[in-house]
Amino acid sequence: MEKSLSLREFIITRLIQASGYSAILFVALIFFFLLREGLPTLSEVGVTSLLNVRWYPIEDYFGILPLLSGSLIVTLGAALVAVPLGVGTAVYISEIAPRWMREILKPLVELLGGLPSVVLGFLGILIVSPFLRVFLDLPTGLTAFTGSLLLGGIAVPTIVSVAEDALDAVPRAFREGAWALGATHWQTIWRVTLPAAKSGVLTGVMLGIGRAIGETMTVMMVTGNAPVLAVKLGSLFHPVRTMTATIAAEMGEVANGSQHYHVLFFIGMTLFLISLLVNVIASSVIFQSKKRAERVLS
Amino acid sequence: MKRFISLLFLLLTLTACLPQSSQNSSDSSAEYIENKGSDTIVNLALAWAEKYQAENAGVRISVTGGGTGTGIAALLNNTVDLANASRKIKDEELAEARAKGIEPLEYVIARDAIAVIVNPQNPVSQLTLKQISDIYSGKITNWTEVGGEDRPIVKLSRETNSGTHIYFLETVLRLGNKEDKTLFSTDTLLLPSSEGIISEVRDNPNAIGYDGLGYVPHDLKMIAIAKEAGGAYVLPSIATVNDKSYAIARDLYIYTNGEPTGAVKQYLDWIFSDEAQAIVAELGFVPVKQ
Repeated sequence: MEKSLSLREFIITRLIQASGYSAILFVALIFFFLLREGLPTLSEVGVTSLLNVRWYPIEDYFGILPLLSGSLIVTLGAALVAVPLGVGTAVYISEIAPRWMREILKPLVELLGGLPSVVLGFLGILIVSPFLRVFLDLPTGLTAFTGSLLLGGIAVPTIVSVAEDALDAVPRAFREGAWALGATHWQTIWRVTLPAAKSGVLTGVMLGIGRAIGETMTVMMVTGNAPVLAVKLGSLFHPVRTMTATIAAEMGEVANGSQHYHVLFFIGMTLFLISLLVNVIASSVIFQSKKRAERVLS
Repeated sequence: MKRFISLLFLLLTLTACLPQSSQNSSDSSAEYIENKGSDTIVNLALAWAEKYQAENAGVRISVTGGGTGTGIAALLNNTVDLANASRKIKDEELAEARAKGIEPLEYVIARDAIAVIVNPQNPVSQLTLKQISDIYSGKITNWTEVGGEDRPIVKLSRETNSGTHIYFLETVLRLGNKEDKTLFSTDTLLLPSSEGIISEVRDNPNAIGYDGLGYVPHDLKMIAIAKEAGGAYVLPSIATVNDKSYAIARDLYIYTNGEPTGAVKQYLDWIFSDEAQAIVAELGFVPVKQ
């Protein structure tokens, strides 16, 4: 009897272990797949062609710089929208809102997170983009900024729910200590609670940005998809073409194994590396802040 | 024992099936029609085949795309009955066909026209092909340069994988000149669907767009187009497309090997019927007869 119990224990432990390792396996497999399909581009098309400023694949112009800059500017805009809004909402829910308000707000924000991105895209085409065109007097409302606003909306729920959990986890004694020292409510939030929850809030921000950069449907619908090199801040108010939208729009029609096919995989690989980089930076920042916290405590 | 019974059962069903199936094939001797070629026409060909098969149970039509070149090559290798083409057969292809003893016969089965559209508020109502080319290649950037209000021009196009995009590039931007390497200006918005173009033109008085004639809704303004400066400005319509006075239109073809017979002939005749040509209009093309 005891033996079978320990055997069962062993099997269950191994199964859990395997599911844990499978995440690593899948990421590795996906990365190798991207490498295998994407790397031939470097010899087929060449680095200089890839660094061209024109993207027009049906005539063999494979410059990916406009797409890279497009993705970056939309994501940057989304971060500018989502970070203050997301962290602000999290602080309000966790620190300021009365209990009943909290109970309404939290599920509402989670509902926002469940909104399909294609619905947001419709909203963008029919309401946000016409409004922005008239309000900001732009030639067209299909711009990077429109994409940023909607992506901000997509990133906010992620940021709120992670950051709010982190703020909630700060021990009540921290706040009471601050109040006892005569700190105001705002001083407590800004100087004590937020810094204490820093790593969690930062994780939320990074996850939110990761969602924004990988988002496809909404940006394809509202950013206009014009492959213009976006280098100035003013480019935020012009159409851009993102990497994700390019892959989604062109993958369906491309001949398997062609140059264009490999370039699209190369773009996918670049996207993967960017999100990897974002995650690495995030975890290293968190790691450093943890070390500092340990120093302070010891 | 159990196994034996099931085997016996299987045998019984098989023998029961046999005479019936042979009867079926003698009844209608299923005819196969192979249809291959242009991706522009593939949806139309599929719609035709579906409808025709629903009405004629004995006929099986297989439709594949792959491009005009693929379709014609298949006709020359005698592996298809009907080749769909969005261009005329080339002289080299014709010579190759004759050498193989194949006589391609040409049928114009539908026409494809592209309408250039603007917002109804836009006072511009006519443009020459050259002006449209200059707008899309970025040489003209303000509506005043073509007689409109002082507004920036926002150029809308379909994605590069659309057949309409390529046809527009060849016929309008490059004015039909094969040596011409003019490209769309990079700030041309590439929208993934017809619907995207139509909703942006409907909303934005700065916009210019293009789409298959059959897809343009009535509340948008179509531009009358002149083939060259000083020429007559012609609005797209079924009549002007069929009499060839409208500039951005092309014939869509089916090629057969010699005079078709039997099921293939019946199918081709049906394609020119009102019923089949109504499908042409439904899919945004121009029927060859009304």
